[in-house]
Amino acid sequence: MNKHIISVLVENQFGVLGRIANLFSARAYNIQSLTVGETEDPDISRMTIVVVGDKDILEQIQKQLNKLIDVIKVRDITGMNLVDREALLIRINATSANRAEIIQAIDIFKGNVVGIKKDSITTEIFGDSDKIEAFIEFIRPFGIKEMVRSGRVAIVR
Amino acid sequence: MKKSMTGAEILVDALIKEGTKCIFGYPGGVLIPVFDVLYKREKDIRFILARHEQGAAHMADGYARASGDVGVCLATSGPGATNLITGIATAHMDSIPIVFITGQVSSALIGTDAFQEANIVGITQSITKHNYLVNDIKDLPRIITEAFHIASTGRPGPVLIDFPVDIAKATLEDYSYPTEINIRGYKPSVQGHKKQIIKTAHMIAQSERPVIFAGGGVIISKASKALKDLAEKINAPVTTTLMALGAFPQDHELYMGMPGMHGTKVANYGLMECDLIISVGARFDDRITGDVSKFAPNAKIVHIDIDPASVSKIIKVDVPVVGDAKHVLEELLPIVDAKGKNAWNEEVAGWKRDFKLHYRTDDTDEMKPQYVVQRLCANLPKDSIIATEVGQNQIWAAQYYEYTFPRQLLTSGGLGTMGFGLPAAIGAQVAYPDKYVIDIAGDGSIQMNIQELATAFVERLPVKVAILNNGYLGMVRQWQDLFWDKKYSGVCLKKQKECLEQCSTPSSACFSYVPDFVKLAESYNVLGLRCSEYDKVDETIQKAMAHDGPVVMEFIVAKEENVFPMVPPGAAINEILDVEL
Repeated sequence: MNKHIISVLVENQFGVLGRIANLFSARAYNIQSLTVGETEDPDISRMTIVVVGDKDILEQIQKQLNKLIDVIKVRDITGMNLVDREALLIRINATSANRAEIIQAIDIFKGNVVGIKKDSITTEIFGDSDKIEAFIEFIRPFGIKEMVRSGRVAIVR
Repeated sequence: MKKSMTGAEILVDALIKEGTKCIFGYPGGVLIPVFDVLYKREKDIRFILARHEQGAAHMADGYARASGDVGVCLATSGPGATNLITGIATAHMDSIPIVFITGQVSSALIGTDAFQEANIVGITQSITKHNYLVNDIKDLPRIITEAFHIASTGRPGPVLIDFPVDIAKATLEDYSYPTEINIRGYKPSVQGHKKQIIKTAHMIAQSERPVIFAGGGVIISKASKALKDLAEKINAPVTTTLMALGAFPQDHELYMGMPGMHGTKVANYGLMECDLIISVGARFDDRITGDVSKFAPNAKIVHIDIDPASVSKIIKVDVPVVGDAKHVLEELLPIVDAKGKNAWNEEVAGWKRDFKLHYRTDDTDEMKPQYVVQRLCANLPKDSIIATEVGQNQIWAAQYYEYTFPRQLLTSGGLGTMGFGLPAAIGAQVAYPDKYVIDIAGDGSIQMNIQELATAFVERLPVKVAILNNGYLGMVRQWQDLFWDKKYSGVCLKKQKECLEQCSTPSSACFSYVPDFVKLAESYNVLGLRCSEYDKVDETIQKAMAHDGPVVMEFIVAKEENVFPMVPPGAAINEILDVEL
């Protein structure tokens, strides 16, 4: 069971996201993350879907996606020469005693502090998923008040 | 020529341009603009009013299955649309081309829980090949063209168009019906990959025990002749799935019968013992493979199918060939080496001699349902069309009627929809008004759409229904009998409130059957006949055939007769239960 990044070009139309989500639930495939946005052609959107599954499941997912009329192209880009990025917004418990340590960590991860309060720091981190994971793990002992991840976007170089 | 037309006029005009001769449906508030146009154009396009939207859906389905043309079904918003669901899902599972048009509340009201509003596009996403909500009258002509194209090409299937009433009433100034279609996300591969076809020919050359496994795709792509040519050229035994009965001559020496749970021993042994399966337009349904891990242990598999997603979904295949069955077979034929008969053919011929379909007539005084099916086959002309309901009646119809041409058998194979047969027969009768169309039914299934007897009568569609009445929901009772210690729970149709608890022994003291099918038929102005004796069967069938109108024949048959052979659920397909003679 490996993580796969599937890049899907779809018609930029009403209801397409619903169709894709429905396909995954109807066939009991698990989506780890899904992002969608317009491409250089405003009639076409690109979805980046991260799924976990073995070879056979991945093959079926791609074939089933291809069967949808609104899907123009499906590519499993896992392992290709690609860049993939994710954004993290996170609010961390902070006290006057540990604020400096947290800010130092944010600097090391090349993040930005976007909000600061007496008892918390809010920051944005951008990078590949490993980096995001590493930051979250490092910061967890301080206490995470709230966080949101964008899901992965990826493009082949 | 460009014209100014309303949405409703465009819809009807487009249907006529697509060659639609008949619409099956049911009206409703939001469809009145469409019916207003149909009223004016009654001469150009026939409208058949079903008595339930599910009936209308199966009629369009039966019409499409029998004729090969796209069926058209029209229903109103909300409950009208949701009543179609079973019909849409039935068509989807069996790849039947139907365009469903549903009325929808006015665009401005969508999403407000308006009266008779249902999100039918959302609801039907996973049971349609594609569906549309018309947002703008400008898109309407394109959507209708695309719907017919998508429904009828590639692996066919149902397409739904949700049509808001304000669009039906709006006017398009410059209407012309599109002549070109360009859907960038939809390009079915018709031609098989050359290399894969050559590989198939090599596999066949190396094989000593080949089997051809043909499914419904053979019928859809009109590949029967190519299939027969291939079988004869390489002398490969042939098995046809339920969906492909009639695609290969059943009296052919290479024919092994239907495979699977209620298939012949010959076909199942053939699949289990072969060294190569050439699958054509079949999808390795679980009712055919039995225990997948034990299926065809020594076979390499070539899978020819137009739907890439069907390939390697259930069974890992060695050579996938994505393409139209007829195209691929016709390309394969000239490059494949002819093969003579060998020991394999002799082995199969031996099974054919030893394992014929059979049933006993000496174990009860009651009439056996299999006999009724055999007599229907013997009495009816060769070009008759058979629809079935679902359950034991369906399997007996598959086993004991001899099908001689494609599209002769109309049956809900994938979804297994009870209530399918009568409306499907009515749809087929519309396509072929001069042929005999028979619905082989059970007493349970027939009641699921019995109201369509009214449609058959008023539309002068002389379908003949043969009910095999055993007083039970027979297939479930059979499973309870064989695998659940004969605990007949929820399956007795004669059971009334005063009956004993936990009764598993039908007797002459049982309540009489409700309804009285003969009286019920008569109330619809339909001829009702009842028969419970072997020597009255032919007479009953002939009376039905002679009657110029719909007929219900009720055959009172053995209450506890089981369908055999049977592969128990979860077993390998060579572990077969059969009746001892």
